[in-house]
Amino acid sequence: MIRLKELESWLQDLQDFESPKVALEQYQTPPHIAAHIAHTIQASFGDLEGKLVADLGCGCGMLTVAAAIMGATSVVGFDIDSDALKICKENLEDLEITAAELVQAEVRQLAVSHSRFTKLFDTVLLNPPFGTKCNQGADLEFVQVALELSHGPVYSLHKTSTRAHIIKTASRWGVNVQVLAKLRYDLPNTYKFHKKKSVDIEVDFIKFTVK
Amino acid sequence: MKLMTHNMLTSKGMKNVKEGFPLKIQAEEMRNVDIDYDRDFITRMIPKLDWKALVFAAQCVGHKEDLPDTLPEGYENDNELLKRLHHVLLEVEVVSGCLECPETQRKFPISNGIPNMLLNEDEV
Repeated sequence: MIRLKELESWLQDLQDFESPKVALEQYQTPPHIAAHIAHTIQASFGDLEGKLVADLGCGCGMLTVAAAIMGATSVVGFDIDSDALKICKENLEDLEITAAELVQAEVRQLAVSHSRFTKLFDTVLLNPPFGTKCNQGADLEFVQVALELSHGPVYSLHKTSTRAHIIKTASRWGVNVQVLAKLRYDLPNTYKFHKKKSVDIEVDFIKFTVK
Repeated sequence: MKLMTHNMLTSKGMKNVKEGFPLKIQAEEMRNVDIDYDRDFITRMIPKLDWKALVFAAQCVGHKEDLPDTLPEGYENDNELLKRLHHVLLEVEVVSGCLECPETQRKFPISNGIPNMLLNEDEV
């Protein structure tokens, strides 16, 4: 199995968003976080190798690429934004990853009734919009879609400050919540209105499974 | 767009569409890629596929590759069939073209290998 450091170095070379869109909360998942996540999912749980994997809100493809490198047989990345998908495609071509596939769609639309994507995937990954600004509750909406699409686990990232709320809400859905790790990274000032040069974010790496 | 993904795409989110499946493929540019054969994966995927829609899609893009019209019994033991299926599902890609809704004829464009399934506000 590829070593964590090696995976991280592949991910460090990926292209980032050129002009990230505030309304979609676009920012690249930091390479060290994506590497930790993907490596853990395979090393601890075997949930990537040989699997059919979805990445909801794939953006520039950090998690999609990581899943492919860790041995997923087929990865499908979904995103709403053409610009992000263009960069994601370039990242896949640069690394000659043929096992990944991209679909332009609205994530919330994927789980409409009788969707053929329902319970299709072995594993679903996501780094959802955290639901700041005008997008309150977006992260849990994305997780709900993820749980519809997966017949196995859902692995996601959420702000540590929202942990209690996440656990309470997911438990009400009859879903098992496991906080696998607390990770931190510097979010550099991405948007014009960000006053500080960078801000420390603490995130929980969470595994959701339907009971 | 791989044919395995096509097997899952529908226009069902559109109002007045009952099934919206399968979408007709009008391919302009195609390409073939190499993916390692994972027999176990293919065998697991078969129950999730709509076989008729797969054969239809393969015909649309000229890649029917001797896929039988119906899935034969004992397919799990037919390695030759599984290999052909692997090729059709994962290695044949539509780079550009469009997907057409069978009920409304609405076209969903495919460019750079990516199908755009976004609906306009008035279509939902």
